[in-house]
Amino acid sequence: MKTKNFDYKRILIRISGIIIFLVLWEIAPRLGWVDKVYLQPFSEDFLALIELVVSGKMLPHLLASLQRIGLGLLLATIIGIGLGLIVGYFQRINEALDLLFQLFRQVSAFALFPVFILFFGFSEVSKVGIILWASLWPVLLNTSSGVHDVDSVLIRSVKSMGANKIYIFFRVILPATLPQIFTGIRLSGSYCVMAVVVAEMIGAKRGLGYLVFNSRESFLYPNMYAGIIMLAIVGVVLNFILVAVEKKFTSWKIA
Amino acid sequence: MTDIIKVRARSVSRKFQLKNRQGKSRPLVVLEDFDLDLKEGEFLTLLGPSGCGKSTFLNILAGLDKADGGEILVDGNPIEEHSFDRGIVFQSYALLPWRTILKNLEVGLEIRGISKEERRDIARKNLERVGLAAYENQYPHQLSGGMKQRVAIARVLAYDPGLLLMDEPFAALDAQTREDMQIELLRIWEADKKTILFVTHSIDEAILLSDRVAFMSTQPGRIREIIEIDLPRPRTEEIRNSVEFSRIRKNLWSMLQDEALLNQSYGAFI
Repeated sequence: MKTKNFDYKRILIRISGIIIFLVLWEIAPRLGWVDKVYLQPFSEDFLALIELVVSGKMLPHLLASLQRIGLGLLLATIIGIGLGLIVGYFQRINEALDLLFQLFRQVSAFALFPVFILFFGFSEVSKVGIILWASLWPVLLNTSSGVHDVDSVLIRSVKSMGANKIYIFFRVILPATLPQIFTGIRLSGSYCVMAVVVAEMIGAKRGLGYLVFNSRESFLYPNMYAGIIMLAIVGVVLNFILVAVEKKFTSWKIA
Repeated sequence: MTDIIKVRARSVSRKFQLKNRQGKSRPLVVLEDFDLDLKEGEFLTLLGPSGCGKSTFLNILAGLDKADGGEILVDGNPIEEHSFDRGIVFQSYALLPWRTILKNLEVGLEIRGISKEERRDIARKNLERVGLAAYENQYPHQLSGGMKQRVAIARVLAYDPGLLLMDEPFAALDAQTREDMQIELLRIWEADKKTILFVTHSIDEAILLSDRVAFMSTQPGRIREIIEIDLPRPRTEEIRNSVEFSRIRKNLWSMLQDEALLNQSYGAFI
């Protein structure tokens, strides 16, 4: 019983920050600290969100964004792991490309979006492309540094048993790198959610980013906040899923 | 022990390039004129101070490093990078942390393409040999250091190599566990008398385990003297307290001491 009480208290402490934030959001417009036209009390914006969900107006936006996030993250994961393994395994390639990758990583998806539009127009290619760009680097760089950090005694040990390079790569280097690969995918996931907003800012007809910007232009401010809340929920849920997957595949690690 | 030569090393040399802070490199001669014969079924220990090159020789013998000169023959053949006939036990256990204990024992068998059922059987049998059958589904991080080293030994025994190399395998263990492991190793070795090359800087460990102790000098590393340990086998815990044991210990101890004094002039370089 005692541990249960403790957990209850712990949960309360952990959500207290959110509660304080929401209370401030609720009272700030009511007490006139901010203009009510621009920021409504949280309850009103939350009701707007419920209404959008119940009326079915939210669904197409949510699905459109999820599809772009899913495709972008999938491509980033495949390309990132593949390239990361190659770069991490071959020291020379790593030396040649490291600075370039560090540079690319710093180029914001925002800055690059006009370039994508220039080449691919307002198509899905530019939207998924920008999400791919934003989320590729964490998984790629984590994978390559993971390969680099594999304990060399494990490789020496398996080699001394007569293992060939293929066995060493797939049975030692790859599993040893998995934890860092999953950390990379998790980071990439949160970048995806940020990038999807950028991708849907211009030239989209659907998506949560579109909902946010279009609502502002139409002076439907509660809907704008509803879109922002939805994006936060998507981000949290995606992170939750990725953490669960990460835990499942790295359960052998010392906690 | 037979008189068949398992390993024959002649005039082996190995240099490393060391870089100092100014970026200038100078050669460090680790092994030079290194000669050693290891007989089939023999337990031979390389004993010497830190940095004398004993691990370097073991690595070369294991195909993990290459000599710069000289010749090493194993069963009459030059060393190949890939071999199914040797096993190493490392000081740091080198167990694969994502595999269960049983799966760790299967690695060498997996590499040899042995079928799943057979692998499992052999692994179980060898895990029993080191008294850890109850731990087959645990992960390495759940085991103590001594248990991990038992698993590492069982893993090598599982694929039955002709030559067993042990690189200070008990150096990371606490004193009591270390002594237990030495007796355990003797017990395991008595069963099939594999050829073992054991590396240590502990005199007591070398005397207790070995048929012969090859005492190395350092900078450059070469065999200075080989001493037969004619303590009766099978050896037990009590042999540590025998008169003969202390006589051999005293003898080796004074040799090591001479070597240490000899090296003081090189101290700045190490």
